[in-house]
Amino acid sequence: MTNNFKLEFPNLACNEGFARMAATAFILELDPTCAELSEIKTAVSEAVTNAIIHGYKNKSGTVILEGNLSENTVTFTITDFGEGIENIEMARKPLYTGSCDSERSGMGFTIMEAFTDSMTVTSKKGEGTTVTLTKVIGKGAPEND
Amino acid sequence: MNIELSGQQQLLTVRLEGELDHASTGRIKDELEAELMHTGAKNVAFDFSAVTFMDSSGIGMILGRYKTVKSLGGRIILVGMSREIERIVKMSGIDKLAEIY
Ligand SMILES: Nc1ncnc2c1ncn2[C@@H]1O[C@H](COP(=O)(O)OP(=O)(O)O)[C@@H](O)[C@H]1O
Ligand SMILES: [Mg+2]
Repeated sequence: MTNNFKLEFPNLACNEGFARMAATAFILELDPTCAELSEIKTAVSEAVTNAIIHGYKNKSGTVILEGNLSENTVTFTITDFGEGIENIEMARKPLYTGSCDSERSGMGFTIMEAFTDSMTVTSKKGEGTTVTLTKVIGKGAPEND
Repeated sequence: MNIELSGQQQLLTVRLEGELDHASTGRIKDELEAELMHTGAKNVAFDFSAVTFMDSSGIGMILGRYKTVKSLGGRIILVGMSREIERIVKMSGIDKLAEIY
């Protein structure tokens, strides 16, 4: 079984919820557990939120969310064409935020990493960022979960 | 969101509802900061029992209010968290800054 989708939307905050719904609906046919659904929903929310707020700051821009499904492995890529990340290693550290908004927790990348099987970040200053999240669904999960 | 003041303990009880993400936390922050100013309360209890989703923007919002009440000599109380919410709360270490019921 393989499947894929591609969504393109402007960096509006209301599209965070839309992207979460799309991502969770896409994996439903793999019969995920509640925990797996919640992990995917949260990880995609983190990546899309980062693209919307950090990628473009206060400018407007386009975010692309792609989903790929192969057997029981799902991959989401979230792309923006904004500022880019200068120091990816530092950005990924727990509690690190490069934002001057005091309401940012710096936990986004940490959550994405914890809730997926792998996370890769590629970025180029001034050109944008792509985050790839991969997760195997139904990894020996108990039947009655 | 529903904010209630319980006078005796200068406690604001905040009943959060729906999805806590970057799209919703800005307004919650503004309303709560205004309420803390107006009422003179210094403790905040967040009730999560009607929250259906929360990501790190929710963590940031709680941390922000922790800083405010700490400067007033107050404390933060977290109640009614689902397993999912408790997991990211613990991951970020705010369980050590707040009282959890
Ligand atoms: N798409 C992006 N474009 C530019 N910078 C980003 C992007 N994603 C993340 N960053 C940078 O990495 C930092 C850490 O991100 P994260 O862990 O999600 O924490 P937070 O969003 O709370 O700041 C951000 O503050 C930002 O500086
Ligand atoms: Mg983030």
